[in-house]
Amino acid sequence: MTNEELKTTVIGIVPDTNFDETGEFLTANVDAKELLPLMEELRNRKELNFNYLFCLTYVDWKSHLTMVYHLISKSHKHQLVVKVQIDDVGRPEIESVSGIWKTAIYHEREVFDLFGVKFRNHPDLRRIFLDEDWPGNPLRKNYVDENMIEL
Amino acid sequence: MSLLGEDQLTEDGEFVINIGPQHPSTHGVLHLKTWLNGETIVKIQPHLGYIHRSIEKMCESLSYRQYIFSTSRMDYLSAHMNNQACVLAVEKGLGIEATPRAQAIRLILAEVTRLTSHLLWWGCTGLDLGAVTPFFHAFREREALVEVIEESCGARLTQNYCVPGGVMTDLHPTFQTKLKKAVAQVKGKLDEYDELLTGNVIFEQRTKGVGFLSYDDAISYGCTGPMARASGVSCDIRKWFPYDGYDKVQFDEVIMTGGDCYTRYMVRMKEMKQSISIIEQMVDNIPEGDFLTKTKNVIKLPKGDFYQRVETARGELGVLLVSDGGSTPYRVKFRSPNFSNLSAMEHMVPGQKIGDLVAIMATIDLVIPDIDR
Repeated sequence: MTNEELKTTVIGIVPDTNFDETGEFLTANVDAKELLPLMEELRNRKELNFNYLFCLTYVDWKSHLTMVYHLISKSHKHQLVVKVQIDDVGRPEIESVSGIWKTAIYHEREVFDLFGVKFRNHPDLRRIFLDEDWPGNPLRKNYVDENMIEL
Repeated sequence: MSLLGEDQLTEDGEFVINIGPQHPSTHGVLHLKTWLNGETIVKIQPHLGYIHRSIEKMCESLSYRQYIFSTSRMDYLSAHMNNQACVLAVEKGLGIEATPRAQAIRLILAEVTRLTSHLLWWGCTGLDLGAVTPFFHAFREREALVEVIEESCGARLTQNYCVPGGVMTDLHPTFQTKLKKAVAQVKGKLDEYDELLTGNVIFEQRTKGVGFLSYDDAISYGCTGPMARASGVSCDIRKWFPYDGYDKVQFDEVIMTGGDCYTRYMVRMKEMKQSISIIEQMVDNIPEGDFLTKTKNVIKLPKGDFYQRVETARGELGVLLVSDGGSTPYRVKFRSPNFSNLSAMEHMVPGQKIGDLVAIMATIDLVIPDIDR
């Protein structure tokens, strides 16, 4: 599918999607509560068939947080980036997509560990790199480490 | 985190043991907690983070020239390809391209690095499965290639040869002659390798039908590289999204459909031949000219996201640069191939015998610093 066709299809699923085409990929900004229904459609519709989640990450913008999903379809060779904004900086929470792509199990554990985002309905949400009793989430911009030296 | 579970014997009579973290027996400091029923593995849980250095956080305070070099310490066997991914991401942000000569140099060195990595893997796989000799054979050939790399880059493993716009210095005058000699040496030995290990009855029995990963699971778990290609998934970034002139060289993407340890082994053996073919095509055709495009001393990328992926020896490495317009990245994400490949282990291993776990670990070809970052 071309980007234009992708846009019309995504708008058919979630009407109030904002698109951003300035970057390399077509980016769809959606609301947090629309995420799971959209992702299920993206994976399961035959003409979309986004079967491969190749990157899942998080960006801390201080005022809000952005969840970033990079998707590609192995059969149709089209790509899409889905971004979700979370405004609750203190206790971020979002629906897990690990039921759709199993690779998200580990990637979401990494985000949970380093950013402190809680994923609802995740099968095994534990810290992955750091100790269970490690204070704070190091990749957050407001993280303070007493051993850190400003150069 | 306690090393053992609450009890060594669970209520169902399963025996809990910890494998690792010892280098080099578990390929770096990989710690696998396994639940056993007799000799059969019921459940497996990798425990990670023993060498977590938070490279992503460090990169946020390094400039676009500096952050490249910290990535040599991720997948240290594909250090050059890691650097290449970072450099290409910066070049994408700047909207420039390296000179033709620099691109050719990077491509050749990437393939040499892939060869050295696969050779080391081949030696270690033999070692893991009880054959000590392959290790010495592989290291003899690998040494010849590493010396060629060292002569031009100044380092054997952490090359740090790529810089935005090209490569750091020009090639050593004897690079081409020495590389041709080293590659011819490896090429001549590959058949010997097959005789030594591939056709061995014990080796075949220990790897055939062991550690099966299906096509759908390979995609769902985000596997890439030789591991996914052994399950029939076409995922070679060099073919899908060519970079640094991969679209101008002739090579085949090795795809097989067995999905077991033996197939993963065969994919890498065939990939070595493809790498040799690419080097042979390119070594006499390095364009003349500058090896470096001029860039500003302080690199500033425009606001936005820049994603670049390359094919390392283990699969797809993705670098996501989020820039806010400053001279340092706002956020860097490394999508490392080993991290996703390892996650498939929790699915592949249950039901296998504990002795086969070693064969599975060997053929996934794990590099732990790449997982922990």
